[in-house]
Amino acid sequence: MLRKSVLAAALAVGAYAQPALAQSEVQWWHSMSGALGDWVNGLAQGFNDSQKQCKVVPTYKGAYDVSMTAAIAAHRAGNSPHILQVFEVGTATMMNAKGAVVPVTEVLTKGGYKFDPKVYVPAVTGYYTAPNGQMMSYPLNSSTTVFYFNKDAFRRAGLDPNKPPKTWPEVALAAAKLKTSGEKCPFTTSWQGWTQLESFSTWHNTEFATKNNGFGGPSARLTFNSPLHVRHIENLANMSKQGLFVYKGRGNSADAPFYSGECAMLTASSSAYGNIKKNAKFEFGISTLPYYPDVPGTPQNTVIGGASLWVMAGKKEPEYKCVADFFNYLSRPEIQAKSHQETGYLPVTMAAYELTRKSGFYDKNPGTDVPVQQMIVKTTDKSRGVRLGNFVQVRTIVDEELENVWAGKKSPKQGLDEAVARGNEQLERFERTAK
Amino acid sequence: MLVAPQIAITLIFFFLPAGQALYQSVLMQDAFGLTTEFVGLENFRTLFSDPHYLASFRVTVVFSVLVAGLGLSIALLLAVCADRVIRAASGYKTLLIWPYAVAPAIAGVLWLFMFNPTLGVVAHGLRALGYEWNFLLNGPQAVALIVMAAVWKQISYNFVFFLAGLQAIPRSLIEAAAIDGAGPMRRFWTVIFPLLSPTTFFLLVVNIVYAFFDTFAIVDATTQGGPGQDTNILVYKVYHDGFKAMDFGGSAAQSVVLMVIVIGLTVVQFRFIERRVNY
Repeated sequence: MLRKSVLAAALAVGAYAQPALAQSEVQWWHSMSGALGDWVNGLAQGFNDSQKQCKVVPTYKGAYDVSMTAAIAAHRAGNSPHILQVFEVGTATMMNAKGAVVPVTEVLTKGGYKFDPKVYVPAVTGYYTAPNGQMMSYPLNSSTTVFYFNKDAFRRAGLDPNKPPKTWPEVALAAAKLKTSGEKCPFTTSWQGWTQLESFSTWHNTEFATKNNGFGGPSARLTFNSPLHVRHIENLANMSKQGLFVYKGRGNSADAPFYSGECAMLTASSSAYGNIKKNAKFEFGISTLPYYPDVPGTPQNTVIGGASLWVMAGKKEPEYKCVADFFNYLSRPEIQAKSHQETGYLPVTMAAYELTRKSGFYDKNPGTDVPVQQMIVKTTDKSRGVRLGNFVQVRTIVDEELENVWAGKKSPKQGLDEAVARGNEQLERFERTAK
Repeated sequence: MLVAPQIAITLIFFFLPAGQALYQSVLMQDAFGLTTEFVGLENFRTLFSDPHYLASFRVTVVFSVLVAGLGLSIALLLAVCADRVIRAASGYKTLLIWPYAVAPAIAGVLWLFMFNPTLGVVAHGLRALGYEWNFLLNGPQAVALIVMAAVWKQISYNFVFFLAGLQAIPRSLIEAAAIDGAGPMRRFWTVIFPLLSPTTFFLLVVNIVYAFFDTFAIVDATTQGGPGQDTNILVYKVYHDGFKAMDFGGSAAQSVVLMVIVIGLTVVQFRFIERRVNY
């Protein structure tokens, strides 16, 4: 009796262990916490349940900059993960790390999949594509800049909540009315460098940096002290003096004052949608990023943000096959559409966008199609995105100099000139290491 | 032979990293270490030709003097008070020692919550009093914030040493002074303070090192060096350039500069201030 059950147990274990032995494990380091962490874990779970050969193991490795540093340290020590999620700011660094990463196109074709660039949203994949047309990384979560406004505050100020300001002059007028109606913070912005300079540039089809904003190679230099940029920062500095624009700190720290109701208008990432929807106790709307109507070719498209998945070099063949399977799984329209609707990130394929549109999601959640509409136009060389080396430092320099402008320590022209000069020193350093 | 483990630890954990920093500081490298170029002292030349780096020195000096000065004087005051308390003395002491167990980043966040211009309780109170508090754009206020957080965390440590120092002073000396007619203030400055000087000196060295090296997490959690560069202390710049921006050469050069400064300061302290210490 006892012997029989032991034998049965051994058989059961053996039968169970058999496929597990042949299974390849793929390590995936990411930076998604909270609700987004659940989303990422769900993706891996869904893939693991859909087949038997591969197992994707997602691990949260801290914020974007932390996980990238961790992965670089791991690479230097020879045990990097298979898949690494890297924010858009790190793209140029990763692209120049030849030998440390494997292009996604190569992974897909070796894995037996046809790579067709046409099925992807051009502004999204264009950003992650090398000059030779190879897609370098898989655009998992892409966002862009949008304009949020508090409809209740608009009503109190006697503004039409269904007619958000489309241009910067209109924003200033609306802000003045909001202030008169008692709003302490009519307008604020998150990610000031990204929204007010980078996205501002592509939206106005104006260069942010030479060499097509860095797409043409590491010898790019910054150009965001042009008369148009100076005019915009002057405008914001004036609004700041009049109390129409209130600075709320670096990064996304201005999101919270918007959904707490303190600030009435906000320019921020489209991925802030989930948090705003969860926390705002008022009716809010999403609109396109404001622009200056007298600039020719405006509006073009807004700039991309978010992160993509990079495949690290030096792994075994079957594991790469698994990575290819996984990316193929992620590209399925229904998976893509679900991700897009759940997170507010942009759809990566056109099919996913169509599927979401047909399902009536955009009608039920007005404004959620704004980021997509801003992005699905044909991009130009000046609007494809901004891809610079040492971009983390450049962003910090921009933050510092803009703060000096808001505090009235420097004129907008001085601030931008200084930011360009200091940023260019960083780009020169990068160029020397990126041979 | 008996000190071998100690020497091994010192070599592995102190000299090896310091040596690596020195080595890195003369290289220019991409993030993954795929291309490496020997550039000699160029990283240092770039640093010292950058006016912002030099401005960072001034910020660091102001910050360190404030942190060490305030940290030592407040802790001394508290220790003298606690030394006199008779009832519930251990309760007071425990509460005063507590903040030392808090990690710097957490200390930063705690103070940020209180002083956040939007959410902060204290910021709210200040505004009610008619004081415009906005450290996001006001440099001196931002410096005040990180100094408060850094001092608050270090007071406990200083307090423990001061209290121990005070309790080691023989009662008979103080009583003798009292019999000679010296008041409490006079007793403190002529008897107690000189006898505490070894402790004070030790704490001065420790606090300067703390302010120079251990405070980047506080800055990272609160101001991230802003507004502008008003709170960009040297060690935060090392952390930012090395761990966030992955410019290892530049960051290593900065840490070498920092190392030289602290070694220099410690030597100065031992040579000039120690002479005035009575053991």
